[in-house]
Amino acid sequence: MSAPISRDEVAHVANLARLQLTDDELDHFTDQLGAVLEHARDVAALDTSDVPPTAHPYELTNVLRPDEVRPTLDRDEVMAQAPASEDGMFRVPPVLGEAP
Amino acid sequence: MSDTSAATLPNGWEMVIGLEVHCELSTATKLFCGCPNQFGNEPNTNVCPVCLGLPGSLPVVNASAVEYAMRLGRALHCDVHRSVFARKNYFYPDMPKDYQVSQYDLPTNVEGWLELPDGSRVGIERAHIEEDTGKSTHVGGGGRIHEAGYSLVDYNRAGVPLVEIVGKPDLRTAEAARQYVSELRAIILAVDVSDAKMEEGSMRVDANVSVRRPGEPFGTRCEIKNLNSLRSLGRAIDYEARRQIDLLEAGERIIQQTRHWDEADGRTHTLRSKEEAEDYRYFAEPDLVPLDPTEADVAAIDASIPPLPADRRRALADAAGVEPAAAAMCVERDLDGLALVAIEAGAAPDRVLTHIDNNLAVDGADRLAPALFARLVGMETGGELTATQAKTVLADMVETGRSPEEIAAERGFEAMDTGALEGIVDELIAEHSDEWASFCDGNQKVAGFFVGAVMKATKGQADGKAVTALLRQKAEA
Ligand SMILES: [Zn+2]
Repeated sequence: MSAPISRDEVAHVANLARLQLTDDELDHFTDQLGAVLEHARDVAALDTSDVPPTAHPYELTNVLRPDEVRPTLDRDEVMAQAPASEDGMFRVPPVLGEAP
Repeated sequence: MSDTSAATLPNGWEMVIGLEVHCELSTATKLFCGCPNQFGNEPNTNVCPVCLGLPGSLPVVNASAVEYAMRLGRALHCDVHRSVFARKNYFYPDMPKDYQVSQYDLPTNVEGWLELPDGSRVGIERAHIEEDTGKSTHVGGGGRIHEAGYSLVDYNRAGVPLVEIVGKPDLRTAEAARQYVSELRAIILAVDVSDAKMEEGSMRVDANVSVRRPGEPFGTRCEIKNLNSLRSLGRAIDYEARRQIDLLEAGERIIQQTRHWDEADGRTHTLRSKEEAEDYRYFAEPDLVPLDPTEADVAAIDASIPPLPADRRRALADAAGVEPAAAAMCVERDLDGLALVAIEAGAAPDRVLTHIDNNLAVDGADRLAPALFARLVGMETGGELTATQAKTVLADMVETGRSPEEIAAERGFEAMDTGALEGIVDELIAEHSDEWASFCDGNQKVAGFFVGAVMKATKGQADGKAVTALLRQKAEA
């Protein structure tokens, strides 16, 4: 059976998660993620055609709240937590391109 | 459907358009927290631990947002299903959590359609619920995004409930795309779930455009953003289709990418290539449980939906004996009720529709009493008023609420008898024999001169159509 995940795939996932991994770390996590996926393969081998997909471990649905305004935070308090702010806004590094 | 844009595409090319429309729901609070859903407040004053993504905070779904989303979905003839929220992961400062909560493989509304005024249907793939993002302002470096020195972020809008309506690629002209957005907007307003203002961003349209030869598979598409008006939408689609055709005819290929419409220079510009990994790693949102409306819930939603524009067009068209498209303006102006009552009271349908289309685009038209309107149309079709006089009386009626009889009497409007009219025409012919000779030779431009002169002589009381007919009759005699 082929390896559950390749080193390149791990590098890709790390890049998507903005993680910088050394070569040693890449090897290490390729093994570790492989072991996790190996376990998933065991589960995938079971016949689950009669089992409805699970969206959440609790069998709850429609947990809703009424559309009523609640108090908001004090802006000075919020800005005091920010690494940088200006004119009541969060100051962040320049944004490249548009939001997805 | 108007086919003007298709006709202008060269060499038998056809465009294929699919629209994605984001609509901000007008709930009192945000989707997952009790912060006010309000436009125009001081930056970062409508925020709390949930919409700031602070550790330990948990989202709870707003019941009204779900109800509004289902109401819109049912108005678009969608099936409402059990749905699951999902995280769309990306790194961008407009979402403080580094993900946006949306719906992915199990959206609330699926497989619907919308009817355009000409009766054609455009498919709706899905209409799902998601949260809006914050707003960034780019500072320094001349204001251009890619030159920005830094960005400032306001999270007042982060977490505001949205419905994203994903249309099928059924549209073939820019005009049809504009009609689709107008119709969608009218439906959103009818079910009262948003103010749907394109210029203020409470309704945002992205257009997927590709070109092909009819019957061939779909071409590679580009997504156009920054369409803030119906005008931009139409212009951007036409520009983009031509750009793609030029490339293909030059033997190049289309690269799938997102492009930004620049209203000032009338072009689309590349934003980013979709060939770069666009991998959002969607997964079910572990902090929220599924939505699973019962049949009774959906039935209650259906019962709350008022007659929709397409139904209203059909009702009026049936009563007036015309095509639904001819009733579109009345419905758009919310005057179809007036038209229906006037027609029922015996007014000539074509005059009713013409007055509403041409003469009632004014404030207060909705206060016009249908019975009086019907009487005015009766006076016009009965020959007591000319078309021009009827228009004047109608304007007065809207202004003052008085009866057409009173206004006509006060203004001294009475039908000109044919004899008097003929006398005036004969006098004019005698005075302007050169122009008359030219008219008799078939110079239609001179017709306007004679009609204008008659109108002047009769202080506007003559019926323009009758004058034209009389002139023709005399020229042929
Ligand atoms: Zn909040």
